[in-house]
Amino acid sequence: MAEPLLTASGLSKGFRGLKAVNGVSFSIGSGDILAMIGPNGAGKTTCFNLIAGAMLPDAGEVRLAGQPITGLRADQVCRAGIGRTFQLVKPFAGLSVLDNVTVGALNAVRHVAEAKERARAVLDLLDLGHKIGEPASALTLPDRKRLEVARALATGPKLLLLDEVMAGLRPTECDRLVEILAGLNRRDGLTILLIEHVMRAVMKLAQRILVLHHGEKIAEGVAEAVVRDPAVLDSYLGEEAP
Amino acid sequence: MTVYLDIVASGVLTGLVYGLMALGLSVIFGVVRVVNFAHGELTVAAMYMAWVLAGSLGVDPILTLPLIAAALFAVGYALQRHLVEPFIGRPEHEQFMLLLAVSIIMLNGLLLAFGPDARHVPVDYAYDSIELGPMLLDTVRVYAAAAAVALALGLYLFFRFTDLGTAIRACADNLLGAQVVGLDVRRLYALAFGLGCALVGASGTLMVLMRDATPILAVQLTLLAFIVVIIGGLGSMAGALVGGVLIGVSEALAGFVLMPSLKSLFSYGLLILVLLLRPEGLMGRRA
Amino acid sequence: MSARNLLLGLLALLVVAPALVGAYPLAVLILILHYAYLGIAWNVMMGFAGLLSLGHTLYVGLGAYVAAALYASFGLPALLGAIPAAIVATLAGLGIGALGFRFRVNGVYFALLTIAFAEFTRILFDHMGWTGGSSGFFLPVEHGQVSPVALRGPPILFYYVALAMAAGGFMLARSLMRTRLGYAWLAIREDPDSAAASGVDVFRARMAAVAVSSALTSLGGVFYAFYYNNMYPEQIFSMARSIEIILAPIIGGLGTLFGPVLGSFVLTLLGEGTTGLLEHLGLAAPGAKQVIYGVALLVIVTVQPAGLWPWLAKRLRIGRDG
Repeated sequence: MAEPLLTASGLSKGFRGLKAVNGVSFSIGSGDILAMIGPNGAGKTTCFNLIAGAMLPDAGEVRLAGQPITGLRADQVCRAGIGRTFQLVKPFAGLSVLDNVTVGALNAVRHVAEAKERARAVLDLLDLGHKIGEPASALTLPDRKRLEVARALATGPKLLLLDEVMAGLRPTECDRLVEILAGLNRRDGLTILLIEHVMRAVMKLAQRILVLHHGEKIAEGVAEAVVRDPAVLDSYLGEEAP
Repeated sequence: MTVYLDIVASGVLTGLVYGLMALGLSVIFGVVRVVNFAHGELTVAAMYMAWVLAGSLGVDPILTLPLIAAALFAVGYALQRHLVEPFIGRPEHEQFMLLLAVSIIMLNGLLLAFGPDARHVPVDYAYDSIELGPMLLDTVRVYAAAAAVALALGLYLFFRFTDLGTAIRACADNLLGAQVVGLDVRRLYALAFGLGCALVGASGTLMVLMRDATPILAVQLTLLAFIVVIIGGLGSMAGALVGGVLIGVSEALAGFVLMPSLKSLFSYGLLILVLLLRPEGLMGRRA
Repeated sequence: MSARNLLLGLLALLVVAPALVGAYPLAVLILILHYAYLGIAWNVMMGFAGLLSLGHTLYVGLGAYVAAALYASFGLPALLGAIPAAIVATLAGLGIGALGFRFRVNGVYFALLTIAFAEFTRILFDHMGWTGGSSGFFLPVEHGQVSPVALRGPPILFYYVALAMAAGGFMLARSLMRTRLGYAWLAIREDPDSAAASGVDVFRARMAAVAVSSALTSLGGVFYAFYYNNMYPEQIFSMARSIEIILAPIIGGLGTLFGPVLGSFVLTLLGEGTTGLLEHLGLAAPGAKQVIYGVALLVIVTVQPAGLWPWLAKRLRIGRDG
């Protein structure tokens, strides 16, 4: 079995005495798609922030392709190969759609002209090609979410962290995004870790699911098995398991 | 040796008046969260008011203090209500520029009205001293400091024990909560700004007893107020007074030990150190 | 009408201006171009990297004193003296910037930090005997000497130097915006966290902005020194001077390329107009000009905070060019 692309061991983070993440460990193989689910406040976004370098863990380690990346700054983590989106989207509001993604593309290529080309290609892929000249502030929320994904993709990541990108999308939009992500995974071997509440997307994309509750991992495994796990049903999914 | 005692004591007294001025800034920033860059200008305006009243009515500034404080309260209230309020949600640098504009207009307005020459307010007891043990204190400074302390105490009692004071504090601590509970935040903000300016008015009236009024003093006083508030700690009333005393004493000592023109050097150096090492100040909480 | 054509037209007009106007208007134009240049330099730090510097005249003063002292003591011509002048100013800027970032001093606190450093330097220079202290420093002037390299000559020489600086500064800022660094700056200005997540090294990009800004500003100081031939710490390091520097870019348009130029034109003409009017009426009114500046700033901040240029560009339907 090849070495996993991402390994998180014993990640912990507390805020003023409250343990948001408590000893979470998991790994993702290269080319895999792992979904992280759980109730609100379970610590999912905090995990993302710890991996992506937005926060420093109190304890634990993160390794990307075997190299430790714990404690690196967010921009260093991005350069190492992790792209991320934010739960509450953070576009560069005053810049055009194209410029937004060009910023990300400059992580992967040196020259601005090349970066713009790359940005254009990524935007086409995400069905935003016709809006490249618009200011990001003029986009609807679904488009902003796709812009966020485009920008993260443009950075040329080995691992893409998606934080609730499906929220607020209509079923057709959701399916389309799933299609694009699945395609990237199949074609380019893009590894994806996604936080999601929209189970429709989770079941279509993820081979494996990890469940967090009160900052701890309560289940991990093959998707179909996890969604039938009684503990998971109890804490999160309720009776309506897909 | 005793000369040092005198200097330190003098610094303490002057510092208390600085502290009162800084208290005004602290109230405004602590509640309305706006950086009042026109603070020095408002102080100098009060100084000129005292000078005018002293000249035309022949009244000691300390007696005109309530009037001037009330006038500046009105100015502050109006400023907040009509000019600053629409800026509350806007980016920080826009608020800042608004008050910068106000400060430019005020400073040069004062220059236009009164000219650049120093204006002095003579009082009967200007050259008297009070003996306190081994120390010789200027009567003027003692009166000014006493008034400053009295006002600060009054402010503390106001915030601690009156409904209005509590309401204002509520706005400062938790804006959303205050709104949810039904407090008229806009009015309270305006009251807070007015109150801060009233303190400024009072401190200006006291300051004119110790320094002459010139327009250019406004810039130094704005910076001084910030230095005091930052060193003492934003949001801490006691901190403003402590900071004021600290600056007053260090200025007095620096002026004596080094050279009078170098006394501000020390204050700026202190500001730089505090901004870098402990921005929450000696007694404040993180803004 | 395209922005490019407008700019070229303006440039052409300015190039031939000395042939069209008299000595006084020429002096006013030099002032306009000087402040346009300083505004462009300041704008790199504020408009592009989002750092409010209210003590920016520190770099003007450092540039002026270093170049002037080297000329007075060693006869080093201005163009050469500008290099150490810029180095000193850049080091100062980097020092302040690094301290600010290292200790996480942001927003208004950072602005106060810059004021404190400028004031500190002012008092220091007031007491520095070997540059004249508070009595000022004076450059030796030889009558009839004409030397562009040494910045010695008639006003028309200074006019073209000022024009070259303003135009050069503008083009430099413009081309910087199109580089990797420019994109980094724009991203940081919008959202530093988001920028970092996209791979932007926020610290380095900001320091680059500080370095460019302070270096450019110091060259303005060199110009100042050789044009006026004297400098006083009270004036050149004063808070008032720092405020003068920032008014043009704010009123003209923060973060835009043409904003500082437009702002400088508007403000200087307003100021000169006010002074002229008062003289005509026989009134001596110290501070009147600055009151007008304050009112202009107030109006812009309340009515059109993005500045005059964005508003004007929209009216004239000029394409996006900063």
